[in-house]
Amino acid sequence: MGLDYENDGALHAKLIEDVLSQYPDKAAKRRKKHLSVVTSKDEAGGEDKGLSECDVKSNIKSIPGVMTIRGCAYAGSKGVVWGPVKDMVHISHGPVGCGQYSWSQRRNYYVGTTGIDTFVTMQFTSDFQEKDIVFGGDKKLEKIIDEIEDLFPLSGGISVQSECPIGLIGDDIEAVSRKKAKEHEKTIVPVRCEGFRGVSQSLGHHIANDAIRDWVFDKDDVAFESGPYDVNVVGDYNIGGDAWASRILLEEIGLRVVGNWSGDATLAEIERAPKAKLNLIHCYRSMNYICRHMEEKYGIAWMEYNFFGPTQIEASLRNIAKHFGPEIEEKTEKVIAKYRPLVDAVIAKYRPRLEGRTVMLYVGGLRPRHVITAYEDLAMVIVGTGYEFAHNDDYQRTGHYVKNGTLLYDDVTGYELEKFIEGIRPDLVGSGIKEKYPVQKMGIPFRQMHSWDYSGPYHGYDGFAIFARDMDLAINNPVWGLYRAPWKKMKDAPLRAVAAE
Amino acid sequence: MEKVTTMPQSAEKVLDHAPLFREPEYRQMLAEKKLNFECPHPDQIVTDQRELTKTWEYREKNLAREALVINPAKACQPLGAVFAAAGFERTMSFVHGSQGCVAYYRSHLSRHFKEPSSAVSSSMTEDAAVFGGLKNMVDGLANTYKLYDPKMIAVSTTCMAEVIGDDLRSFIENAKNEGSVPCDFDVPFAHTPAFVGSHVDGYDGMVKGVLEHFWKGSERSQAAGTINIIPGFDGFCVGNNRELKRLLDLMGVTYTVIQDASDQFDTPSDGEYRMYDGGTKIEDVKGALNAEATLSLQHYNTRKTLEYCNEVGQATASFHYPLGVQATDEFLMKVSAISGQEIPETIRMDRGRLVDAMADSQSWLHGKKYAIYGDPDFVYAMARFVMETGGEPTHCLATNGTSTWEAEMKELLASSSFGQDAQVWAGKDLWAMRSLLFTEPVDLLIGNSYGKYLERDTGTPLIRLMFPIFDRHHHHRFPLMGYQGGLRVLTTILDKIFDKLDRETSETGVTDYSYDLTR
Repeated sequence: MGLDYENDGALHAKLIEDVLSQYPDKAAKRRKKHLSVVTSKDEAGGEDKGLSECDVKSNIKSIPGVMTIRGCAYAGSKGVVWGPVKDMVHISHGPVGCGQYSWSQRRNYYVGTTGIDTFVTMQFTSDFQEKDIVFGGDKKLEKIIDEIEDLFPLSGGISVQSECPIGLIGDDIEAVSRKKAKEHEKTIVPVRCEGFRGVSQSLGHHIANDAIRDWVFDKDDVAFESGPYDVNVVGDYNIGGDAWASRILLEEIGLRVVGNWSGDATLAEIERAPKAKLNLIHCYRSMNYICRHMEEKYGIAWMEYNFFGPTQIEASLRNIAKHFGPEIEEKTEKVIAKYRPLVDAVIAKYRPRLEGRTVMLYVGGLRPRHVITAYEDLAMVIVGTGYEFAHNDDYQRTGHYVKNGTLLYDDVTGYELEKFIEGIRPDLVGSGIKEKYPVQKMGIPFRQMHSWDYSGPYHGYDGFAIFARDMDLAINNPVWGLYRAPWKKMKDAPLRAVAAE
Repeated sequence: MEKVTTMPQSAEKVLDHAPLFREPEYRQMLAEKKLNFECPHPDQIVTDQRELTKTWEYREKNLAREALVINPAKACQPLGAVFAAAGFERTMSFVHGSQGCVAYYRSHLSRHFKEPSSAVSSSMTEDAAVFGGLKNMVDGLANTYKLYDPKMIAVSTTCMAEVIGDDLRSFIENAKNEGSVPCDFDVPFAHTPAFVGSHVDGYDGMVKGVLEHFWKGSERSQAAGTINIIPGFDGFCVGNNRELKRLLDLMGVTYTVIQDASDQFDTPSDGEYRMYDGGTKIEDVKGALNAEATLSLQHYNTRKTLEYCNEVGQATASFHYPLGVQATDEFLMKVSAISGQEIPETIRMDRGRLVDAMADSQSWLHGKKYAIYGDPDFVYAMARFVMETGGEPTHCLATNGTSTWEAEMKELLASSSFGQDAQVWAGKDLWAMRSLLFTEPVDLLIGNSYGKYLERDTGTPLIRLMFPIFDRHHHHRFPLMGYQGGLRVLTTILDKIFDKLDRETSETGVTDYSYDLTR
């Protein structure tokens, strides 16, 4: 698949050894299991080169005091899964901070009249005070729901996103939700995503998925005439419009996207999901649970796909088309052919500016593997990658993407990431806002790969052009050549020349 | 029906989200999505509801809310503690409790300052919720100490640790006994429950925690004429603290800025990542016990800290974010009175230049109406400066404003004829502000980036002068305080007024008779 290259495994092994030597013994022992260098164990295995659990341990508690980059279950539920559902009011239930820091930060694009019929970029909070902790917050929650009904009558429903204290003080948000749902005849979804649950965002995704199963599905009679080509897109949060750049392709090949979860989604799109013919999962990590449930209960098949970069887009479109038969397959070939000139032009323009440039990634969800081929489409080289909150099945899926010698880091610490970057000095790092500025201080170009650095979309053919442009503008900006004052002696290791060529 | 689409994207001119989704292919796709799959409310109902939210009737319901908070202009205590810790030499913030919180504080600060923000968590999970987080503290302090080589670790708490009642004093002592850090290593702490007060209180708690840690049990020998200055939580600390120090240096005052994050949040790009930079030296914090007086630049950020300074025998005084002419006058005269140092002629020239600028522009500012929101001291300062320019602060709102603040604001507003029609909104949020702006409109809105939603909905031009500013870059690198800061604020307000006027008068052959070259 894609570009052929091998990374410097020996250097990477040495870097792992070096960082581990700096930890107290107990922590070193624990961190060791999360760091690895990719080796091809099974040459004959060919395509089926999955990483096994022995390679990298994952989904384990972070070590205290090491500066993990991870978030919490609330971030996984409110921030990722529920927050983008646009016609619902999502209450950050507890103290003010969680809702405040996550307010408008994930760029879940949507169309609607904010504050009237859509509510994504608003911060609704119960703003817990000491008395709420002492006496419980259920009464307050009831009142909040009444006030939402009064001030926002066009909201399609409400979700209650629990912050840490809720589970600790023994509030019964389920009882409140049940009571108020009946009273207002509206969907009200209590979510037990307290931040201390689990080891990362990941459990929050799972809890949020379960809440869809338990509090949305099978509740109302859904009047909907389904068709033979109905699909749900699951796990596309429409960061910078990704879901739109994907939808346009799926529609072009003749499918009907009856629901998109959960970017730009209305509650109706979630309710009717069980009527679709196929679930297409983009972010496997955050939404596989509900897809498995729909498969079990409603017999809906699911399929993973990857819309980053032309190689994966083509493979995914063909794979999806195969599910629906010759008519769709034929259209798909036409669509692929239609976009081929765009792809060729993008690669012709940007490949010469990016070829051979090395990239390190540290992201969440699916991106640490899914974007790899998009870089390789531009002849860029992935030297290291890692996940914030992956499970074993993510690393299994990663084996198909990474080359020999690639450095792998799970739940990387601030210290490790800094040392790895220093040791490898890649041409580009793709990670999050907390990582952006330290990396740039070192003189290394950076792109935020959670928020697309306020650009995007990156999905689909339209997105690939933007992706290529952004990587070019990051790497080939003249600022990287200005870091050193010319009157300073060049006795230190010189910065890599990164000026535009 | 077969869709025939052309292609909006091209390699020659790459369109990203803003223009891309305005292309006809996407507009059609989104319109059909809405119609066929979203089950939307009819347009008329949406329009009617939208209009309803602009009415006095809606305002009354909105302001009568008792439980629901929408778009508040405040954050929680530990954010203030993390910011405070960043103002001390080689200090790592260690927040005891759930780990997601720390990811949030770091992101929040980085998005505003466009700078690294370091802090660690004790990463407590379910088992710690049951058994307490002592083990997390013991392991965590050891790891932080070893990996990040700090001179000091400042411990604060998330609400999880507060709800289960972890006791920092004994936990830290335990950790020291178990050898996590050396016994004489500095680990000041502050309990910072998110369900009490706001980030300004977390700031207060952490600064007090640091002072107590170094001052308790030490003998104080007063050094006459020396001053401590505590800036308070300030998104403009980079510009402000440097301007402040310039003024004090010009006066020749012996002073210590306690909690100075100006270098930490403004490190240079030269190839080296500095995890720690600048900050108040630990030796200076110790020495600050002997100062004659401690001055706080933001009263509501330092209520407990100043109380403590009083207890140890220091004189104290507090200000409300000294910005503009008279507030800066008062601050400098206080410094002069304590230090015995004259205010030099250079500073009087600065003052004169600010007044000169205000006089030059007064015709554009006189009678302008403002809505101002933000932290209590900032709102006080802005309202005062606005009145100095002949403006009228119509709405003054602080979500974290107390009844004492409200009373103080009312007193300030009553002192000027320009404050006669002003209203003070303590504890209200930005959804309340939305109703206020619709029912009693103003010319300008002063606040932070969150105000952009109010600008969109109500058409009131927004001036960003308050933390956090996410969607404009580098403003925090310039001062707001002092006379020079006043000049900056004045220019920012004027630019907004002139830009709006130019926009309104730029229609060729229709309004451009007023598109004046000189204004």
